[in-house]
Amino acid sequence: MSRTSFATFGNELYSGKRSYPFVAKRNLWFLIAGAAILISIIIPVVKGGFNLGIDFRGGSEFTVSATQNTDAAIGERAVTDVVSDAVPRVTNIAADTMRIQTERLSDDETLKVRDNLVSGYGVGEDQVTSSFVGPTWGEDVSRQALIGFGVFVLLAAILMAIYFRTWKMALAAMAALVVVMVVTAGLYSLSDFEVTPSAIIGFLTILSYALYDTVVVFDKIRENTADVTVSTKRTFAEQVNLAVNQTLVRSINTSVVAILPVASILFIGSFLLGAGTLQDLSLALFIGIILGTLGTIFIAAPLYAALRLNEPALKKQEKKVLGRRSTEAAAV
Amino acid sequence: MPRTGPGTAAKRTLVWLGALTALLAILLGAGSYWSTASWSPRLALDLEGGTQMILAPRVQGGSDITPEQLDQAVEIIRQRVDGSGVAEAEINTQSGQNVIVSLPGTPDPQTRDLIQASAQMEFRPVLTGGPGQAAAAETPTPDDQLPKPAAEPQNASDPNWITPELYKEFESLDCLDPASLEPAAEPAPADKPMVACEPDTQGKYILGPVEVPGTDISTASYGLQRSSQGQALNTWAVTIDFNDEGTEIFREVTERLYAIGQGDPRNQFAIVLDGRIVSAPTTNAVIPDGNPQITGNFTEESAAALAEQLKYGALPISFEIQSEQQISATLGADQLRLGLVAGLIGLLLVAAYSMFQYRLLGLVTIASLVVAGILTYLAICVLGWTENYRLSLAGVAGLIVAIGQTADSFIVYFERIRDELRDGRGLVSAVENGWRRAKRTVLASKAVNLLAALVLYFVAVGNVRGFAFTLGLTAIADLVVVFMFTHPVLRLLAKTKFFGEGHPWSGLDPSRLGGIPLYRGAGRLREPGQVPVAVARTKNKGASAEAERRLTIAERRRAEQQKALAGRTGSAGRTEPAGDSPEPSAAARTGSTVAGRTGSSQKETNE
Repeated sequence: MSRTSFATFGNELYSGKRSYPFVAKRNLWFLIAGAAILISIIIPVVKGGFNLGIDFRGGSEFTVSATQNTDAAIGERAVTDVVSDAVPRVTNIAADTMRIQTERLSDDETLKVRDNLVSGYGVGEDQVTSSFVGPTWGEDVSRQALIGFGVFVLLAAILMAIYFRTWKMALAAMAALVVVMVVTAGLYSLSDFEVTPSAIIGFLTILSYALYDTVVVFDKIRENTADVTVSTKRTFAEQVNLAVNQTLVRSINTSVVAILPVASILFIGSFLLGAGTLQDLSLALFIGIILGTLGTIFIAAPLYAALRLNEPALKKQEKKVLGRRSTEAAAV
Repeated sequence: MPRTGPGTAAKRTLVWLGALTALLAILLGAGSYWSTASWSPRLALDLEGGTQMILAPRVQGGSDITPEQLDQAVEIIRQRVDGSGVAEAEINTQSGQNVIVSLPGTPDPQTRDLIQASAQMEFRPVLTGGPGQAAAAETPTPDDQLPKPAAEPQNASDPNWITPELYKEFESLDCLDPASLEPAAEPAPADKPMVACEPDTQGKYILGPVEVPGTDISTASYGLQRSSQGQALNTWAVTIDFNDEGTEIFREVTERLYAIGQGDPRNQFAIVLDGRIVSAPTTNAVIPDGNPQITGNFTEESAAALAEQLKYGALPISFEIQSEQQISATLGADQLRLGLVAGLIGLLLVAAYSMFQYRLLGLVTIASLVVAGILTYLAICVLGWTENYRLSLAGVAGLIVAIGQTADSFIVYFERIRDELRDGRGLVSAVENGWRRAKRTVLASKAVNLLAALVLYFVAVGNVRGFAFTLGLTAIADLVVVFMFTHPVLRLLAKTKFFGEGHPWSGLDPSRLGGIPLYRGAGRLREPGQVPVAVARTKNKGASAEAERRLTIAERRRAEQQKALAGRTGSAGRTEPAGDSPEPSAAARTGSTVAGRTGSSQKETNE
């Protein structure tokens, strides 16, 4: 899209000449969202949960970086030589990086496996990183994440209800948030992405992003609907829809700008560093930012309109608007 | 608003921002000259290389750990790690329930065991004591003069506990050598005697077997000592409160020790925590009620510290390694380098996209991002110095993610300005009006960002605190920059010919934004007017009054004209549906924009 046509696109959205029926077709979006939620809940149940990272399972992990040799057998042997009945999982996580995961090893065993890996893969001692995670660690992480989720949603809901002076906006925003969270979780389960503590933090950051986006759009909605009861130009639903359309260019620009740095971390993380903090964080964010923007446009705003449409004052106003339109149509 | 108003204010704000930046830089410069500050951020372990252990303290009995107990646990681990001679170790708490130990390099198994070992408090009687330094190597006590047990020891204070080996160990113990303060990885068996140092007085002792375990302490407190008349004296004292069992045993112990008599070291008992003597008071009386009071040369601080330590004894804490990570320094350096590369690529992409979307206005975005970057960098360095904040890989990720979120504030602002231009305002007033509206949105949305960062920071486990921290820090930097840089710069730019006249490359070209000036100068008004027409039509008295108040002079004049016209011709002006956009003719777009813009900058005064 050239600049001129993008600007024109923005102009037409702003003036209402071009308009997408975000609010009018809300039942369709809700239906899609409902289906997505249902699928997102069914998938993990059918698949038997998520691909939990070592932090949730407990065990020992070694990472060998900067190796020319990516033969998984070397890693397996390095472990089974020390602990004969171990079942190591060896993965080539980046171009020159191998990851070996196994059950928890003792200190001595860890040192021996380390030596085996150093000689097996022909790397310096500096290239082998080891970590081990106790079996209860994952519970801690999950519990903290849940607490964080709860506290944040509660505080954010209060903040929004105070700022917008209506609980309906807070409710709509939270509903969209839940959709985003559930669907992101579903995608994680479906695609077998590894769930690590970093991914969970990425997950929590999505909350912030999704809400942030909703606040910006709701701010415009509030502005557009401030005097709606005394106007006969547009119905409340139309005003909400106009607000979403008017902020559409911003939504697109914001999402693109937010996703560019995340994508660059994701790219570097996946291809050069291998699985780890950067990749897990950015993957969760990448999915979440896209879903967060969609959630605001297709769920939060239409839901807010739907929540308020039955208010008597707005019904009266709608009647007035429609009445005026029909007389005008008759006049012309 | 006087013509010079926004410009002067803008310049003043920019000067303030410069002063703020300079202040941070001077602070850091002075810090690096006179103190330990550095011009580069301090790096966390995952970037610097080293070992990180996350320990979960476990309180005996399975009850939850209190913040005081956790602090005490940190203190104990700190002493252990310092004692083991590991330099630059860092011990912190996290989320009020874990202890994080970060060590450079790879710790030996002994250090690991030591860190995990459970700390125990015990009361042991003193068998003999002496000054802390080791006996000179040339003159050890001759073998035949070593004390030899004559019989099986009768009680815990019996000197028969002292074997020649134990005495030799005692003699060679050097309490002035920091290494000797290293707690033993294996705690001494409770039913055997031991040798121990008292770090505070630098004395050393041979102690009998444990008589009262720390778990028999109910609580401990400190306060000003009272005379027998109940008057507060000017000396501090620590009071122990034993439970029933402890009271009973302690009565027996004090009976025996008191009987030994003053002056004999065996009159003393030692409170041992983690293999070191916390205090070794003499016994002045038999304590039947289980409430001994320890007095001495206490300051309020040392009394409080002893009371804390005693309280800790009531609930021995053991540590369980939850996770341990060893990261080589080269891997850390690699990750940092690639992380920075990712950040740079992200920044370039964002810069390219803003240039594409906002033309030269994109330069403002880039400059703002740079200023935000400088502020954040300085803040991280200063915090590294004053608060020992260390940048982790997750922190770097937070910084990169923040590029997008920071840029969004500018997008919100620019889109608002464009909206105002579309409504037909001139650039100067569009900037002011756009800002008034964008400001609110930016504040509200940043509040959400900050809230998320705070929640993440306080509940985060593992390495992600750094992420939350940089996310919060950049949100604040973003606010500072939007208010103190972006907006003032735009105010100034709005007055330049290039932007003010809406050069096609400025990104603020009204003709491209579909804006037609409301007032085109020389008393001419814009033809198809969405706002005025709608107002003229509305039936609601209150709304039209409100709307009229909002009209500019030019708009009002036009509305009046239209009213008059409507009165004459009936339903004139109604053929155009109100919901439609003003569709400017090609002539209107190009023909008179310049004149209109210059005129409209004054029009705002009556808003």
